[in-house]
Amino acid sequence: MKLKTTLLASVIALAPMAAMAADLTIGFSQIGSESGWRAAETTVTKQEAEKRGIDLKFADAQQKQENQIKAIRSFIAQGVDAILIAPVVATGWDEVLEEAKDAEIPVVLLDRTVDADESLYLTAVTSDLVHEGEVAGQWLVDEMNGEDCRIVELQGTTGSSPAIDRKTGFEQGIEGHDNLEIVRSQTGDFTRAQGKVVMESFLKAEGGENICALYAHNDDMAVGAIQAIKEAGLKPGEDIRIVAIDAVPDAHKAIADGEMNATIELTPNMAGPALDALEAYLADGTEPEKWIQTESRLFTADDDNMAIFNEKKDLGY
Amino acid sequence: MIRSTHLPLLITLATFVLAYALCASAYPAMLSLRVVANLLTDNAFLGIAAVGMTFVILSGGIDLSIGSVIAFTGVFLAVILRETSIHPLAAFALVLLLTTAFGTAMGATIHYLEMPPFIVTLAGMFLARGAAYVLSTESVPITHEFYDTLQGLYWKIDGARFRLIGGLMVLTFIVGALVAHRTRFGQNVYALGGGEQAAKLMGVPVARTTIGIYAVSGGLAGLSGIVFSLYTSAGYSLATVGVELDAIAAVVIGGTLLTGGYGFVAGTFFGILIMGLIQTYIVFDGTLSSWWTKIVIGSLLFAFILLQKGLTWAAKKRAAQARMRTATGSAALS
Repeated sequence: MKLKTTLLASVIALAPMAAMAADLTIGFSQIGSESGWRAAETTVTKQEAEKRGIDLKFADAQQKQENQIKAIRSFIAQGVDAILIAPVVATGWDEVLEEAKDAEIPVVLLDRTVDADESLYLTAVTSDLVHEGEVAGQWLVDEMNGEDCRIVELQGTTGSSPAIDRKTGFEQGIEGHDNLEIVRSQTGDFTRAQGKVVMESFLKAEGGENICALYAHNDDMAVGAIQAIKEAGLKPGEDIRIVAIDAVPDAHKAIADGEMNATIELTPNMAGPALDALEAYLADGTEPEKWIQTESRLFTADDDNMAIFNEKKDLGY
Repeated sequence: MIRSTHLPLLITLATFVLAYALCASAYPAMLSLRVVANLLTDNAFLGIAAVGMTFVILSGGIDLSIGSVIAFTGVFLAVILRETSIHPLAAFALVLLLTTAFGTAMGATIHYLEMPPFIVTLAGMFLARGAAYVLSTESVPITHEFYDTLQGLYWKIDGARFRLIGGLMVLTFIVGALVAHRTRFGQNVYALGGGEQAAKLMGVPVARTTIGIYAVSGGLAGLSGIVFSLYTSAGYSLATVGVELDAIAAVVIGGTLLTGGYGFVAGTFFGILIMGLIQTYIVFDGTLSSWWTKIVIGSLLFAFILLQKGLTWAAKKRAAQARMRTATGSAALS
C-alpha cells in the first residue's frame, strides 16, 4: 500500500515535469509591424520561444482586430498550450477570451491591457509609462545635483496615452526640486522630423545658452533635436543635456558618440516575463500577479552603448 | 451534361473540397467542429456583406462603399447606445433604415445621372467613412445588456460554439439565393447583368431594379455592421477598411462573372469559406507571414478571372459556330 502511494505520488509529482519536457506550443497574436519597436518585440518573442524550445505559432493581425480574434479562435481550435496577445484595441475581447478559458488555455496579454474581466486572462505584461517618465526626471535631478536648469520638453502625439503618462511621470520625477524648471513644452508627434523642427523653434525662442536640458518623450524626437542643436552650433550632450525614452539602437549610438546623455528602455522583451509566468503556471499552477511590470532600465554613458547598439540593430527596429 | 454557366460554381466547390482536404491532411485538427464553427462565426460579417455584393456584381455593377458602411454602422450603434437609452433593437432598425436609404440614394444616382457605379460608390465610401469619423475617432465600447444576451446565444457541441451571427449569415445566404433564383427581382438582376439595352427591350424595369440592387447592398452592409458590432462589442471608425475588396474577391472566387449576368449566391458562400480556410491554415502553420493570405487570394482571383475569360471566349466561339451552322443551313435551304 505504502509503495503504491509513493509510486502514485511520484507519478503525480513527475507528471508536470513530463508536461514540461513535452514541447510546448504557444500561439502569439501580434498587432502588426507598424513601428520599429513592434518589429523588435516580434523578433525578441521568437528568440525567447526558441531559447526555451517552445513551438511558437505566430500570427500578424495587420492592425485588424477581426484578424486577431480569428487567430485566437484558430489557436484554440488547434489546441495550443497557451496564447500570447498584444491586443490592437482594448474593447471586444470578452467572447473570445471566454472561449479560451473554456478550453483551459491560459492567455497572457503583452504590452497593452484590455477592458475585460481579470479572470479571463492569466496576467498582463506591460511597461509603466508614468514610471518611465519618473526615471527620466530622477536622472536629471541626480545629474544636476541642485544646480539651476531650464528644461525644454518634446511631447509625444497630443492626447496619446504615452505622451500624457510620460509627461506626468517626468513632472513627478522632478517635483520638489525648484532648481529644475520646464520652460517650454510642445508636441513633436513622436517623429524625428517634428522633433527637429520644434527643437529649432525652442532654440530660437529661448536662446541656446539658456536651455540646459531636453526631455523628449521618445528617442526619435531626441535624435531629430540633436540635429537641430548641432546646426545651431551647440554641442548636444554637453551644452544641452538630453534624456529620452525607448532605448532604440540610434539612441545607444548617440550616447556612445557623446551626443545624448540618457535613455530609458521600453523593453521589447515582453515575452520573456510572460513565458516565465506561463511555464511556472503550466508546470505547477503557480498563479502570477495580474500585472507584471517590465523593468524601465536607465542607460547612460556608463553602459557599453556600442555593444548594446550592435545587439539591438538586428532586432528590426 | 454540365452547363458552362455551372462550371465556375463547380470549380469553386472543387477548390473548396481540395483546399479543405489539403489543410486537413497537414493539420487533422482542421477537421474539428471548432474550426467549422469558427469559419462561420469569424466570417459572418464578411459573408453577409458579400451576399449584397453578389447581387451588385450579378447586375454588372460594383459597390465600394460596403466597408465604410459597416464601420459607420458600428460607430453609429455604439454612439447612439452610449448617448441615449434607446433599445438596441430600435437602434438596429434605425441603422438598417439609414443604410438602406444610403444604398437607395447611390442606386438612384447611378441610374438617373447615368454615372458609373465605381465613381458613385467611391463617393459613398468616403461619405460613410467620413460620417463614422465625425461620430467618433476612437473605439467606442458597447456595454448594453442586450448585446450580452445576443452574444450569449450559441449552440455548443464538443467545445465548438455555433453563434447567432454565424447562423444569421447562413440565413442571409439562403434568403439571398431564393431571391436571386426564385423571384422576379432576381431574374431582373440577371437580365440587367446580361446587358442593359437587352434588359430594357425585354421589359425589365431598369430603374427599379438598379435602385433595388444598391438598396439591398446598402441594407446588407448595415446588417453586416450590426453583426460586426456584435462580434467586437465596439464601434470603431477605422475598422473594416477594405472589406469591400474582400467581398468582391469572395464573389469572384465563388464563380460569379465580374461582367455580370452569370453566377450563384451559393458560390459566394464557398468563396467566403475558401478565404477563411486560407487564413485558418496560415494561423495553424504559425510560421508563414500572414500576408500570404493576400498572395494566395490574389492568385486564386487571377485564376478565376482567367477561367471566366476562357469560358466567355468558349461560349462566344460556340455561339459563332452555331450562327455559322444556321447560316449555312439556311443558305442550303434557299
